[in-house]
Formats: sequence, structure tokens, C-alpha cells
Amino acid sequence: MEPDVARPMFDTDELVINMGPQHPATHGVLRVVLKLDGERVVDADVVIGYLHRGVEKLSENRDWTQIVLLTDRLDYVASAAANLAYVETVEKLMSLEVPRRARYIRTILAELQRLASHLVWLGSHAMDIGAVTVFLYCLRERELILDLFEEYCGARLTYNSMRIGGLPQDLPPNWDKKVLQFCAIQMEKLVEYETLLTRNRIWLGRTQNIGVITAADAIAVGLCGPPLRGSGVARDVRKDEPYAAYAEMEFDVPVGANGDTYDRYLVRLEEMRQSVRIIRQALGGLPEGPVMGKVPRLIKPPAGETYHANESPKGEIGYFIASDGKSTSPYRLRVRPPSFCNLQALPRLVRGHMVADVIALIGTIDIVLGEVDR
Amino acid sequence: MIDLLVIPLIKIVIVLTGVLVTVMYLVLLERKVQAWVQVRLGPMRVGPHGVLQPIADVLKLFIKEDITPVRADKYVFTLAPIIVLVPAIIAFAVIPFGDTVSIFGKPIPLRIADLNVGLLYVVAVASIGIYGIILAGWSSNSKYPLLGGLRASAQMISYEVAVTLTFVTVILASGSLSMVDIVAAQKANGVWFAFVQPVALFIYAVGALAETNRSPFDLPEAEQELVAGFHTEYSGMRFALFFLAEYANMIVVSAIATTLFFGGWLRPFPNVAFLGVLDLVPTWIWFVVKTFLILYVFLWIRATLPRYRYDQLMRLGWKFLIPLAIANILVTAAVKVALSY
Repeated sequence: MEPDVARPMFDTDELVINMGPQHPATHGVLRVVLKLDGERVVDADVVIGYLHRGVEKLSENRDWTQIVLLTDRLDYVASAAANLAYVETVEKLMSLEVPRRARYIRTILAELQRLASHLVWLGSHAMDIGAVTVFLYCLRERELILDLFEEYCGARLTYNSMRIGGLPQDLPPNWDKKVLQFCAIQMEKLVEYETLLTRNRIWLGRTQNIGVITAADAIAVGLCGPPLRGSGVARDVRKDEPYAAYAEMEFDVPVGANGDTYDRYLVRLEEMRQSVRIIRQALGGLPEGPVMGKVPRLIKPPAGETYHANESPKGEIGYFIASDGKSTSPYRLRVRPPSFCNLQALPRLVRGHMVADVIALIGTIDIVLGEVDR
Repeated sequence: MIDLLVIPLIKIVIVLTGVLVTVMYLVLLERKVQAWVQVRLGPMRVGPHGVLQPIADVLKLFIKEDITPVRADKYVFTLAPIIVLVPAIIAFAVIPFGDTVSIFGKPIPLRIADLNVGLLYVVAVASIGIYGIILAGWSSNSKYPLLGGLRASAQMISYEVAVTLTFVTVILASGSLSMVDIVAAQKANGVWFAFVQPVALFIYAVGALAETNRSPFDLPEAEQELVAGFHTEYSGMRFALFFLAEYANMIVVSAIATTLFFGGWLRPFPNVAFLGVLDLVPTWIWFVVKTFLILYVFLWIRATLPRYRYDQLMRLGWKFLIPLAIANILVTAAVKVALSY
């Protein structure tokens, strides 16, 4: 006889909801298929590919220099970071020496980019949770950064600001003074954002203990960047494998304690302060000299393959390049996008939470679909 | 005859027009206030500084295609927004806008009716509006509006309890259910009930935000929510009615707050003869100014605070506000009994 299996009084079915590719809060064309048990999420299936443009394949038919333009459009919110990682990988393959001034300016651009990316993150994350004003305040400061970039390289979003061997041009006059002025403004405004959010009981209720991931789990899933540091793992490519001028800079790497959304928020805010610190140091110690190293007219790296990573605002962005030594394009270019790797953690983060938290969790991972889909 | 029919009709027309125009311009005010808080300008194109924007919005909603879902219950679908809007407007029937004025020698009190159970009438009428939301969600014949409607109405009912409990303390303080008497009691005391009953004011403020589905309690209608809200299937004029109803509710709730807690149409310091010059300002202007200041606080809060999650919202209502309201009643009653000795 079969044992009497206790059946629940009410039979419930799981509800499957689709958070479509078109959704006001998925930060791009992301599709998440949620399985709900009442109000709680049982499982989440992330569907990507809506923004796939074939960047890696395209780069097999482009010049080494032309590919910098493709890298702009990966993480379009932080293009200088992707630019930098790519040119450094090629320089590593070619064993090129980059002049010291160029390395310092690259550091400044990368940190300005980190500020811009974190401002967009903070604004959209806060807006998803309901604090709509923070979004506009963050964008107000980001406008200042975009103006600085526009003065430097002519573009506001897709900068194409790095070249293999150095930079396309030197700094415009008085640019460094403007950057310092901006830094002062940014530090003031960070206080403003914190006043609105950090000790706000509603914000705390929406972010504390939401999406907790332990350090061991974070490493197992392959998280990188602020989500990893929010869980307590002090891994930062700028410290562990310094590039550009980071070896000469003094800065702290903020690390969270609980691995929840609130900690990731605090980590990114502190990173913004550290970015300002790095920019001020770099500007203070900016060496004279050329901004372009000795680079052959036709860029043809020797045969070989290499991998090099940077710390983009979203995490560890790496490029694997294989060159066959003969053609003017890479044999294979593979991008290791931080958003793609971090997005894999979403189902684990979301399980057990409520529907309203899903949006907060997508925001806390900080993804850009251009990077996820390439 | 004139007293019984003509004058009330004229008052009704004036109040109705006033409320509808105010609702339209409240929409514009919200956009402007939010914009200025957010370092931007808001509507600027339609008319000087966007002043004609509400007219453009109303026209747009009028000429939009009227879509009724195929399997929706047609009659209930159309009835639901009406059921939400009408109670919001008829609540104005008992609100005293001003003192008695003399027009052509006749003393005319600036209110439509003086019910001796005015506050009870307001509570009853406000509760009817919730039916409209449930019916809207149900008649749309679609699972997301249904869930959204259930959540919105559950939220409203929960906070209705807390708000009604605060009304009890106001009744204790004033001794009457009549809105006119409540204002008179504040004049007699010389002090607004906001200072006599601060806890009740706090609970009422939070409850009012939740009842009107305003931020930080606007999860049922936030776009970021998957369950898109009870008015998902509505378009055109029916949607406009929901929209108007939300803002009309805001105005009703602010008007009630003004009457119950901030002295209604009384001027500041009504018993201080020294400030008699303030009497030159018509009483209904004081009422309007106070109501608008409260409405401004509504808009200010929306621009500033993040949004509560639904379970946090319900927990706040049931586990914090209602016990607090009950405790407030007990304390008020005890104080009143003690003072009467």
C-alpha cells in the first residue's frame, strides 16, 4: 500500500511571468522568465542575445586600430575602460612601451569613466526602487564628465579615446583645472546622494538582506567587480595586476561585509570617492613627455596569443587576442565581459525573493547589455 | 425655493468646476514641481511655461481610440472608472470652504451641506471608491490587472482602517462629527488640531499617501512593477477618469487634512486680535492656501522617497499604524476623562 502522502490544503501552480525584452527597468534588452510561487520567485531564466552584433566576428575583419571603435560599443556606458583594456592587450602582445604621461592620462580617463558609469548605475538603480530624483542628480554630474570627455576626444559616449601605444592626442589646455573643479563638485554631490539614500529607512528596507551572496558562492559563480567586493572578497585588478599608472597610485579598495544589495551600493559609492582620489593624485603628479610611444606605422603584432584584464566599472574586463603574425586583423578576439559573467549570478540572487526585488537585483549587478551580448 | 434649490445648485456647479479645474492643473503642478526638484523645467511648450498643458492632455485623451478588451465585461468595464471618480468628487459636499459670507444681503455659508455626521459621510464615500478599483481589475479579464487591482484595493482598505481610527481621535477632540463643528472647535480652542493630536496627524499623513496610491506607496501602479496595475487595459477617456480620480482623491484627502488638522478656513491665530488685519483675506483663500501647501508636500514626497515593497507596505499599515492609532485613541480618551475632573 502506498503511504499516505500529505497533500497541501490548497494546490498551487507556479506562475510563469515574462519580463520581456522591452521593459522600462531591465537596463536594455534583457529578458527574464520568472517562475513565481505566489509572490516569491522560485526560479529565473535569463535570456540574452537581443543586442548581439557580432563584435568578435567583426573584429576579425578590422584593423587593429579600427577595433578600438568596436570596443567602444561593448559597454557603451564605460567605453574608455573597454578601449583601454583592448589597447593594453595589444600592447602586451607587441611588447610596446607606453610613455609615462600616456599611462597617467589613461588612468585619469579610466577613473573619470568609472565615475560616469557609477553615476548612471546609481541613478538607474535608485530610480528602479522609486527614488526618481537621484537619477537626475546623478546625470547632472555625469554631464560634467561628458563635457570633459568631449573636450578631450570629441565624443560624449563612444570615445575611441585610446590608441595602441598611447593616446590620440595630448590634453587640451586647462583641461586639468576643469577636472579638478569637477572633482570638487562631485565630492559635494556624493554627500547629497548619500543624504537621500544611505540612511533612508525605505532604501534600507529595499536593499538590506536582498540578494545576499556569500564570498564562497560569489567566487564559485564567477562574479567580479563590485558584486564580488560587496561579498567581502578584496579582488581588484588595479591592485592585484596593476596596469596603466595604478601601481603608482595610492587608493583603497572598498569591500562589503554581508554581500547584500546595500553593501554593493556602499562599495560603489566608496569607489567613486576613491576614483576622485586617484584622479587628483594623477593630475598632481602628471609627468611631461610624449603621449604616443614608438609604434610602427602598420600595426602587426607577432604571432601569439595573450590575455589581459582591466578593472572596468562593472568588473574585470578581459581580452584574449590571438594573432597569426601575418594579417592586419586579429585571428581571434574574445572579450571577457564582466556584465555577462555577473549576470549568471542573477538566478541565484533572485531565488526566494519577491517580484519587486528582481528589478533591484538586476540593478545591483549593474549590467550593460552591449557587453553581455556583444 | 431659492434657498432650497438655486443656491445649492450654484454652489455645486462652482465646487464641481473648481474641483475639476484644480485636478487638471494639479497634474501640471505635479509635473512642474517634480521637474524643478529634479533640476529640470517640466512642460514648457504648450502655452507660456506649459500652462496650457492640461488642456492638451485632456484633448489627447478625448481623441484616443477607445479600446475595450474583447472578453471584458463591457458594462462593468465602463462603470469602474466612474465608481472611482464620483466618490472622490462628492466627498466635497461636506467640506467647509469658508465662513458665512453675505451676498446680496443673504448670509451664505461657503459649504454645500452641513451634515451633522459629515466625517462619517466622508469615510463612507471614500470606501466606495475602492469598489471601482476591484471592478476595474476584474472586468479587464486579464490576470495582471486583476492582481494589480486586488493589491491596490487591499492596500487602500488596510490604510483606511488606520485613517478612520485617527478620525476617532479628532472626534474626541472636537466633540462632533460635523466638519463645520470641527473647524469651530479649533477656533474655540485657538489651536489647530495638528498641535493637539500630532500622532493622529502623522498616521493620517501616512494613511493618506497609501490610500491615494501615492509614493512611497505607489507600488501597485509603478511601471517597474511586473503586475502593471489595474488600469492596464484602459485607454482614452476611461483612463483619463482613473487619472483624474487619483488626483481628485489627493485633493479630497488634503482638504480633509486641512479641515481636521489645520483649522480649515480659519486664519492663522484666529483668536489673536492683534493679527486682525489678516481677516481682510477671504476665508476660502486661507482654505485653498492650506490645501495647496499640503498638496505640495504630497508632490515633494513623491520626488524624494523611494518606494515601499508591497509586503513592507502592508506590514507598516497593520503592524505599526493601526496599533499606534488605537494607542492614540486610548491616550486621548484617558486625557479627556482626566481633564474633565
